Amino acid sequence: MDDFSTLIGGIAGDGINEAGMTVARLFNRLGYRIFMYYDYPSLIRGGHNFSLVRASRRNIAVHRDKIDVLIALNQETLEQHRVRLKDSSFVIYDADKVKLGDMKQKCCGIPVTQILKEEAAPAVMKNTCILGGFCRVVGMEWAVLEDVLKKHMPKKLEQNLRVARKGYDSAVEFSRVEKTDQQSLPIMTGNQAISLGLIKAGLGAYVAYPMTPSSSVLDFMARVSPDFGIKIVHPESEIAVMLMAEGFAYAGVKSAVGTSGGGFCLMTEALSLAGSAEIPVVIIMAQRTGPSTGLPTYTAQGDLHFVLNAGHGEFPRFVVSPGDAEDAYYWSGVALNMAWKYQVPSFILSDKITSESQYNFDLAAAGEVTEEQPVQWSGQGQYNRYQYTETGVSPLAFAPVQGQKIKSDSYTHDQFGITTEDAKITKEMNDKRLLKERVMARDLEGYETVKVFGDMSSKTALLCWGSNKGVCIEAAQKFGLKTIQVLVLSPFPEQMLKQALSGVETLIDVECNSTAQLSRLAACYGIKTDEQILKYDGRPFSLEDLEAEIGKIEKLGNREKNGNNEKHETLGRISA
Amino acid sequence: MNAKDLATYAKNTWCPGCGNFSILSAMRSVLAQLDEEGYPIENVVLVSGIGCHAKITDYMNVNSFYSIHGRAVPVATAIKLANPDLKVICFSGDGDSLAEGLDHLIFAAKRNIDITLILHDNRVYGLTTGQYTPTSPLGYKGKSTPFGTAELPINPPELMLACGATYIARGYTHGIDHLQKIFREAIVHKGFSFVDVLQVCVSYFNMYEAYNRRVYELEGNDTSSFDEALKLIRSWNYDGGETKIPLGKFYEADAPRLDQAFSSIKPIGAGKDEKIKLMLENFI
Repeated sequence: MDDFSTLIGGIAGDGINEAGMTVARLFNRLGYRIFMYYDYPSLIRGGHNFSLVRASRRNIAVHRDKIDVLIALNQETLEQHRVRLKDSSFVIYDADKVKLGDMKQKCCGIPVTQILKEEAAPAVMKNTCILGGFCRVVGMEWAVLEDVLKKHMPKKLEQNLRVARKGYDSAVEFSRVEKTDQQSLPIMTGNQAISLGLIKAGLGAYVAYPMTPSSSVLDFMARVSPDFGIKIVHPESEIAVMLMAEGFAYAGVKSAVGTSGGGFCLMTEALSLAGSAEIPVVIIMAQRTGPSTGLPTYTAQGDLHFVLNAGHGEFPRFVVSPGDAEDAYYWSGVALNMAWKYQVPSFILSDKITSESQYNFDLAAAGEVTEEQPVQWSGQGQYNRYQYTETGVSPLAFAPVQGQKIKSDSYTHDQFGITTEDAKITKEMNDKRLLKERVMARDLEGYETVKVFGDMSSKTALLCWGSNKGVCIEAAQKFGLKTIQVLVLSPFPEQMLKQALSGVETLIDVECNSTAQLSRLAACYGIKTDEQILKYDGRPFSLEDLEAEIGKIEKLGNREKNGNNEKHETLGRISA
Repeated sequence: MNAKDLATYAKNTWCPGCGNFSILSAMRSVLAQLDEEGYPIENVVLVSGIGCHAKITDYMNVNSFYSIHGRAVPVATAIKLANPDLKVICFSGDGDSLAEGLDHLIFAAKRNIDITLILHDNRVYGLTTGQYTPTSPLGYKGKSTPFGTAELPINPPELMLACGATYIARGYTHGIDHLQKIFREAIVHKGFSFVDVLQVCVSYFNMYEAYNRRVYELEGNDTSSFDEALKLIRSWNYDGGETKIPLGKFYEADAPRLDQAFSSIKPIGAGKDEKIKLMLENFI
């Protein structure tokens, strides 16, 4: 078994996310690499939720549409996902709830309701019960499940084990999952990886108002705050969030905020304040389907230009978009360091997929996150908060400093920090801010701001950013293509991208928005994409989705080789 | 330290006769005195919104954060949470904190965060040249309401009392000794302290004559009584009649503060890597 996909579905409130996590942990214990996509509507109880867990011998960061095992806790799961089944797939179902009808596949019913009744177990234990059956069906040792439950379900453990064992014993083995020789790795969401990267780089305060898909950063940070000494504030609005983060920064505490599009709209007023007053702040912007309330629990990459241009007036910013948990950890650390090194707003641009999907995380592969110290005031002479320097970066000092005054100002100000309307100073201060951007861009040449994967000699490349990294890398492999991932979006890594494009004749842009936002950005630097594969139905690309779309373009490529130079204007768009 | 040491080189651009001069002068004196008494000036941070009032941060040679309209309070709250040793004083206007930033003001009182807010309550927008504010009296004819407002004013001390502020007082820019007294009390108070200063705008809403006729200083009132405070506060509802206007401290109480809950949270030094590794182990 090289690649194995399992779908578990039920109603909201059934604990489907956690059940998916258990499946992921089981495969992880056997040395498989996992990726889990969690699909849920915006409600608390009822509605259909499912977790799609893919396990592979190789590193993966995308799901497949087709599944090998369907775990159906209710009829709806079977009806909705029947189409994903292959002839070779297995179905495990609650025999007390689900009616099968005609099925080509091997099916195994577990009397879940009856077992729960026998054990006087609460309804939520139906997951443990059916997962017991799942282990038997795919041929995992009981000890593997026992081990996972002991570690991750300490509450009512004995009862859970009994319920799982009964599920296990009532199932039949259809296949046997082999153990691989790879080590198990931590499993975490992108939001957890973002949090850990920020913590490692020295975060002292996290301020947020809950908004999907960023809320789990707030929840995670709040949970671990005693361990790491982080101040957590959940204030009255995103407006207050952004200003509080800047208040923390004024006092020398490295802070971050987290939100999604609508919340970020409210933050833009104080984003400009950070620009003018040169206040370091990190903004986790986890995109979801817009405009407005849109699809709160689904994905999109629709806010790239919003983030690049948010706020009035001109000021530099750092924007990075990680593509998986390892990127998220490393680059969140870099984002915090960049914010403080250049005293600018710094964005971690995520989306529902990066933020809420479960990835394997290899700390050694992620890259070392360091805690850099900002340029501090030397203590000589009078302190000037906005001192002109060769880099445009003024040394920092934090109250209290005896005999000195630290003056931060949203107005145009002089070097000391007193408001001015002087024409010369106005231009100088603007130039100072722009200088910081140029120095930051040079600094970033020492980072892998653009990553290249796949066949380096290929004349066709996929261009992507954010969560499409995983699907692009894997689809490109099938076609022998190169994948170019743009990590840093501001300051735009023009030279790095142009180097990556060397030898590329056909550039295919892959994005989860309807207007090819990265293509439009790249065009500002004279980089033209030839094709755009765009998806904007709230759902991420599955591997099959992207392979199918590339397949259409490859045919075009063959025709060009045959001398047919007819230009294709059609976009490879995928509808719902 | 002398109050004059707290001046800056910034050119003062308030109108001659503006009530803000009294607030500036009283605040400089109080901070200089407090410095002498062991509240060091470098531990003071001034935070302002935007409006005529906010220029005060430029005119005071003290740590400051010149924020944006209506947004002094969240900045000040975080500065206090970041470093509880700092004395954080907000200057805000009636448009600033009662219109644009009302939610922040309510939450500051609700949290009883240990900061002070001085409301420069001139009851008119000055910098934008004369529009009504949340405390303008019914019928006020401003540029945006040339036929008179059709809404009643907010009573700021009443709002603050209801929301949980633990020091509430009213001052008037024509009584600088009295202003100093309540500023000092407000700054020394532990918890959210709110001072509504009837600050006369000579250009757009000159109330000197009316206020001089109507104000009186409270004496012997029971400031620990919520009910008595409410009664006194409600004795004038910011209307334009001839009702007497009480000045002084309405209420003072001791209550749990948000900053207390944060004071024990300190950054960890060593051991972070081990903690992260342990956490990763638990993610397997």
